[in-house]
Amino acid sequence: MNILIAGGGKTVYFLCRTFTSKGHKITVINRDHDESVWLARHLKIVSIHGDWSAPQVLEEAGTSLMDAVLAVTSNDHDNLAICQIASLHFKVPQTLALVNDPNNEDVFRQLGITAVSTARILSNLMEQRVGFGEITNLITASEGKLNITEIELMETSPVARKQIRDIAFPQNSLLAYILHEGQPTIPKGDTVLYPGDRVFVITLPENYAETIRMLTGDRR
Amino acid sequence: MSSENLFIFIVGCGRLGSFLANRLSGKGHSIVVIDINDAAFDSLSAEYSGFRIVGDATEFTVLKEAKIEEADIFIATTRDDNVNLMVSQVAKKIFHVPKVMARVFEPKRESIYKDFDIEAVCPTSLAVELFLEAIAESIAVEKGN
Repeated sequence: MNILIAGGGKTVYFLCRTFTSKGHKITVINRDHDESVWLARHLKIVSIHGDWSAPQVLEEAGTSLMDAVLAVTSNDHDNLAICQIASLHFKVPQTLALVNDPNNEDVFRQLGITAVSTARILSNLMEQRVGFGEITNLITASEGKLNITEIELMETSPVARKQIRDIAFPQNSLLAYILHEGQPTIPKGDTVLYPGDRVFVITLPENYAETIRMLTGDRR
Repeated sequence: MSSENLFIFIVGCGRLGSFLANRLSGKGHSIVVIDINDAAFDSLSAEYSGFRIVGDATEFTVLKEAKIEEADIFIATTRDDNVNLMVSQVAKKIFHVPKVMARVFEPKRESIYKDFDIEAVCPTSLAVELFLEAIAESIAVEKGN
């Protein structure tokens, strides 16, 4: 594949190494002259020094021949302009923008560009790993109309040591799966919930509070 | 859109942004000016009666909290073409502001703004047109003599 990368720093260096080792042809546009020279000397890539969002620079870089464009500069607005010019003007089939502001993932999507926020990915991973308290809101799907929540059951949980069939779950809530001693289990009627289990529930916002109360007791 | 009192949103309070804000405020319109730099508001006149917001207009929440969705007109005047391109698209496509305009420095980018359906004003192109017109006129006058 022919891939164009706009940006600088270690991210770009290691992206180039990863892609070239897989046999892709890489072109990098960098605003910093010294860095462009350094990249050209150390990697088997085409390194261009210039304004990464200037249409004539993109044209010289052969953007119209690219299979994909990756915009990883430190400015969200530059990454938007690069991806939009690449996809609308040069008809590049795949573009991807890096964004700082997690809100810009949605903003860019509405402007026709796929974006990824490092802040969002890292905070999601952190919440999943560390589990802030016993409740972790994993995902809100369908524009916030659905919550997927992970809850660690405590000794004091009203549902601890009960069989699923004896628990009255609120309407429109679903116990999707259980992590018991690290083993994922799909719950059945005779499955027993133990303290220390992590349960994954799917709820609608209106019965979220009730479901949480039922699983954790009346502590919040 | 009432022609008497419009709610006008201006991003960037440099020479162009502050001049526009002062003039439009003088005409009795309600103005909000956003600039990332607090000192930029010094260019507003003593008579300026609109709002000043310090913030980064490329941050979605900054525009939202400034009530951009109520704006009749949105003008992007920062020094960075890509900032202007981004905020004006956000104003038009996400907040549905009826009239959106942007200043663009690089004349070659004017056509790209048109692709994105943004009304672009390029001061360089305008100046070139005026100079060319003036030259054409002086040639015409000489020939007439």
